[in-house]
Amino acid sequence: MSALLAVEGLDVRHGLLQAVRQVSFEVADGETLALVGANGAGKTTLLRAIAGAHTPSGGRVHFDGRDITRLSAHQRVKLGIALVPEGRRLFPNLTVEENLRVAGGAGRSGAWTVDTVLDAFPLLGPLRRKQAVSLSGGEQQATAIGRALMTNPRLLLLDEVSLGLAPVVVEGVYRSLASLIEGGATVILVEQDLGRAMSVANRVACMLEGRIVLEGNPGELTREQVTEAYFGLRRKEASA
Amino acid sequence: MTWVSAIVHGILLGGFYALLATGLALMFGVMRIINLAHGSLALIGAYMAFLFVEHAHISPYLALAPILPVALVAGYALQRTMLERSLRAGQLVPLLTTFGLLIVIANLLQYFFSPDVHSLDEGRIGAAAWNVSSALAIPWFDVLTLGIAVFLLGGLQLVLQHTQLGRELRATAEDPDTAELVGVNARAVYARATAIAVATAALAGVFYGMRTSFDPNAGAAELLYAFEAVVIGGIGSLWGTLWGGIVLGVAQLVGAQINTEYFALSGHVVFLAVLVVRVAIQGGRLTLVPRRAT
Repeated sequence: MSALLAVEGLDVRHGLLQAVRQVSFEVADGETLALVGANGAGKTTLLRAIAGAHTPSGGRVHFDGRDITRLSAHQRVKLGIALVPEGRRLFPNLTVEENLRVAGGAGRSGAWTVDTVLDAFPLLGPLRRKQAVSLSGGEQQATAIGRALMTNPRLLLLDEVSLGLAPVVVEGVYRSLASLIEGGATVILVEQDLGRAMSVANRVACMLEGRIVLEGNPGELTREQVTEAYFGLRRKEASA
Repeated sequence: MTWVSAIVHGILLGGFYALLATGLALMFGVMRIINLAHGSLALIGAYMAFLFVEHAHISPYLALAPILPVALVAGYALQRTMLERSLRAGQLVPLLTTFGLLIVIANLLQYFFSPDVHSLDEGRIGAAAWNVSSALAIPWFDVLTLGIAVFLLGGLQLVLQHTQLGRELRATAEDPDTAELVGVNARAVYARATAIAVATAALAGVFYGMRTSFDPNAGAAELLYAFEAVVIGGIGSLWGTLWGGIVLGVAQLVGAQINTEYFALSGHVVFLAVLVVRVAIQGGRLTLVPRRAT
């Protein structure tokens, strides 16, 4: 399998704070990578840098063999990268259908259209003329995922899709994700819930203080290993 | 009957204010730029029409055919070269940039056209009026101006609601970063909004030149009325701009009916009253604009 996405030595800063430090990894076509780690570990910043929302201060991002480090976010969407941002970030005064159509008209053409998205998320059907601001959290999340799909991405970046949702709603969101992943989508997923992340992903990468400190297949990694990396326990013992 | 006449003429005058305010409302609605040079850009439209009338001997209406495309291109270029850079530096810088532009335009117009007043001939329609009664005559030119304002605002509203450009404009207005993430080129969308705004300014300017004589400094005064129309109507709403213009026009002419000196004053008083009422309704927080939801 060839790498669809290759990140090399990526550094991203927010002013004086260096959120991502020398991160390198690859994602193959059809693979699902789960990024885990504590709050502030740099997961969201890393995803946003891949999507083009943050300009890195160092390193390179290659997509499908092409260097996209200097491309803006909308150019990357046209190449096939879509981000479902943390907090969903729908256009509040646009209807569900308009939220989908904005992305549909601006992104790539392909199998995903308003009709196929509404088929994949049946709960949105009756809501298509409602303003996004009036939706519940789960409905907003489904719209946000649908909106990203409307650009017909080759790589889907999902940032904390279960955050702030009731457990039963999270089940629904993950059921839709599982069918997407079975359909061959390439996904990078940021998730706080370790068990859930490890259940859908082919590979798990754990971030700590801006670095990837552990990477492996969910089957080969033990929960203890991931927990240690997650909280940086070994480092603390070493420095104590 | 004179009161009826004041109200009818106020409504028609409001149509002109709405025409002038359309581009201002659009730029503020999409980019949060208060374009202080909007009136001056309108004035350039009037002077361009003057040049066509003088040298090509065509009517100002016909001059719109070459002026509007030029204004579209100029607006696009204005956004890409000046406003885009100043937007990156925060909210205050675009205001200062357009203020600078206002002064530069006034001085350039003075340099090329002298400080003397110019005017445009509005053609046969200018003298024609529908005489409803001895005290009430409705000038066709004013009806035409109001009609164009309604047509323009209605057309823009349709574009905003039903086209991909309109959806991209609204999405970018609400959240430019997220718009980029779904594939919208936010800077190109901004440039298109400014292009449309400058073209509507030029259109309004040609009509302004036919209504009244103009000089290089007329831009700032007209801008004030357009700005008041936008604020009264509720910033960001296109139909609101039409109502705002009409409220302002009626207030001015009803005020002038009481005493001719009250023309401008009564408009300003209504503008202030609307602001005060809004502040009271919103519990002391002056939020004219529905802010981006986070």
